[in-house]
Amino acid sequence: MSSSRKPPSRSTSRDLERYADLFAARTRVMKSSAMRDLMAVTARPEIISLAGGQPDTSTFPPSTFASITARIAEQSCARALQYGPTEGLDETKDCIVQVMAAEGMHADREDMLVTTGGQQVIDLVTKTLVDPGDVIVAEGPTYPGAVPVFHAYQADVVQIDMDSDGMRVDLLEDTLDRLEREGRRPKFIYTVPTFQNPAGVTMSLPRRRRLVEVAAQRELLVLEDNPYGLLRYEGEPLPPLYSLDGGVFVMYLGTFSKILSAGLRLGWVVAPAPVLEKINLGKQEADLCTSTLSQLMVQAYFEEFDWRDYVTSLTGIYRARRDVMLEALAESFPAQAQWTRPQGGLFVWATLPSYIDTTDLLARALRENVAFVPGSAAYLDGRGRSSMRLNFSGAGDDDVREGIRRIGEVIKEQVALYGTLTGERPAVRVEAPGADEGEESGRVVEMPRRRSGGRRAGGA
Amino acid sequence: MSRIAVLKGGRSLERQVSLRSGARVQDALERLGHDVLSIDVGVDLIRRLRAEPLDAAFVALHGRDGEDGTVQELLEILGLPYTGSGVLGCSRAVDKALAKHLMHEAGIPTPEFFAFTQTAFRELGAGEALPAIEERLRFPIVVKPSSQGSALGIKFAGTADDVPAALVAAFSYDARVVLERHVEGRDLAVSVLDGADGAEALPVVEAVPRSEDFYDFEARYEIGRTEFVCPADLPDTVAERARELALAVHSLLGLHAFSRVDLMLDADGELFVLEANPIPGLTDTSLLPQAAEAAGVDFDQLVARILELAFERAPASRA
Repeated sequence: MSSSRKPPSRSTSRDLERYADLFAARTRVMKSSAMRDLMAVTARPEIISLAGGQPDTSTFPPSTFASITARIAEQSCARALQYGPTEGLDETKDCIVQVMAAEGMHADREDMLVTTGGQQVIDLVTKTLVDPGDVIVAEGPTYPGAVPVFHAYQADVVQIDMDSDGMRVDLLEDTLDRLEREGRRPKFIYTVPTFQNPAGVTMSLPRRRRLVEVAAQRELLVLEDNPYGLLRYEGEPLPPLYSLDGGVFVMYLGTFSKILSAGLRLGWVVAPAPVLEKINLGKQEADLCTSTLSQLMVQAYFEEFDWRDYVTSLTGIYRARRDVMLEALAESFPAQAQWTRPQGGLFVWATLPSYIDTTDLLARALRENVAFVPGSAAYLDGRGRSSMRLNFSGAGDDDVREGIRRIGEVIKEQVALYGTLTGERPAVRVEAPGADEGEESGRVVEMPRRRSGGRRAGGA
Repeated sequence: MSRIAVLKGGRSLERQVSLRSGARVQDALERLGHDVLSIDVGVDLIRRLRAEPLDAAFVALHGRDGEDGTVQELLEILGLPYTGSGVLGCSRAVDKALAKHLMHEAGIPTPEFFAFTQTAFRELGAGEALPAIEERLRFPIVVKPSSQGSALGIKFAGTADDVPAALVAAFSYDARVVLERHVEGRDLAVSVLDGADGAEALPVVEAVPRSEDFYDFEARYEIGRTEFVCPADLPDTVAERARELALAVHSLLGLHAFSRVDLMLDADGELFVLEANPIPGLTDTSLLPQAAEAAGVDFDQLVARILELAFERAPASRA
């Protein structure tokens, strides 16, 4: 044992009680433990994890990486090691302008702020707009990583059901009417319109138009989170909400995580000037500026290579893996299961019969060394218990196939057991012939409301 | 100074809690002047334990493998002194159905229950007995895996319709499940610590949810979500009875060194033993360390005592 090691500090439970009294009220609503305990096991190497949302970084050429870093060392070493402006470097913003143009959007340097990953945008926007108890409208299910952010700012999140065409904008309007009657104005609407995380569905063009109209009529801000737009494997691209609205009520969140590198931690936000100013203050207070080194790496990369080539190669890899997963699902999952057929992005959302709780199923699946994300992680209201998110970008073809096979086995086991317990033959999937193939299946993302009194524990 | 391996982590669903228990034990052992080898338990466990001379193993594992006698069996084979209960004690305690049968036989009050394997339902038609079981236990019924230590997989069935799904959930964790009459009441825990003068029951801890809406089993692990009152605010006779019951269970199951016995106190003042934990949590929010502290034993003293008891039992009793 080295003598330089910091002596272990004493802590008694009395100390902890003292700390507990110091915790902010918002920490009390932070969910965790059981799910976190389960997810801790998924990190073990023998587990095939379909739980992550990780891009495959294995095909990025090391020589490219070397030439970028060498260029920075030669040309801008001192600058790369220095702080930068809070809003980000102009050179990086020029790259962002290119990426946005590739999806048909026009933005100027002054409209944007470079952030530490897209996740920081969710945090900064929520911090800027939301007081405790304020309403945020989100999709149901929503991005699991946004859930703890909304919790931390004590937002009241209202989730709008989705179908194969994305968020049900008609239900959104009903909800907005109801909120208005209650005298509550949502601070913003959070949406991932394209290849949604976790549902995998894409908002249709008519709904996009309608959502933008609704936002304009009611003067509501929308945060469009678009990490996957360029990862399209089939079908025609749809215009982002930002381009339909022109940036009046739509704030745009972009990221380099899925098209270049998640490790760079580089994202951005485009927002109306007064909102951007406040976000800038929030960013200053949070971390002063985004990593200058990361920003210069993007600039060097964009100047020396064609970033679109890499996106094209990723798209090819992910398309094949998506197909492997969809094939494996059709082969291995029982008739009682339904799932989405994403045209892009990284995720498939599967829904099982209501008597299967996917958190418990995960515990069972972990014994077969396979993991997924239980659906309840994507809801703030206890729904999603019979659904799961499956990622196809982070594991190789064989692992995806084998992982789905194992999950299918444990689902079949539970379906059979339930049949035995209820004395019923397992129900056969009821479906109109030909309604399925080639389309994102609609009802799949509609979740039943949780029955009251569900699982609350009175003691024991 | 001794060279002590701290076993923690592993594949159990309580991995996270175990890592915290283990880290805290490790700190305490270092403060006590011991040399610590920390092992996140995996396939290389035996190899690592054999790789260097060790004086003892501190088992800070919870749940499957660590708390059910498996690791203890391996340590017996290696002849390495280890902390906590032996193979038999662990096996009895971790199997809730077995432990409850033993308690029932010994006249220790435990909520009425039935336990079944999946095979019973699959091959012996146990499903047809469910209505009779439900009539005996009355709703709500608690359905839980027989050998899962944490809150995972525990469901309340409010009506007969809820029972099949609750069983499916519980069977996710174990081949055997327990259906148990639900005792509404106060949630108590009594930790037991062996000593020179025999086993001692520590002050009773009560877990009080801070907010009724958010209380669930998970809250026990979270600072700030559940308030622990120690000693619990109870009439002396009730507290005394709870401690007697805990000692009786500790001895009945053949537990060694330390354990935690969980009880419910119902509205009529009746106490029921739910289960005994052979390796209760040793984290900063865990109940055993809190109870020990209330009895004047701080964490380092607790760890020292547990280690001493391991050496006292050595050489392994079952040669």
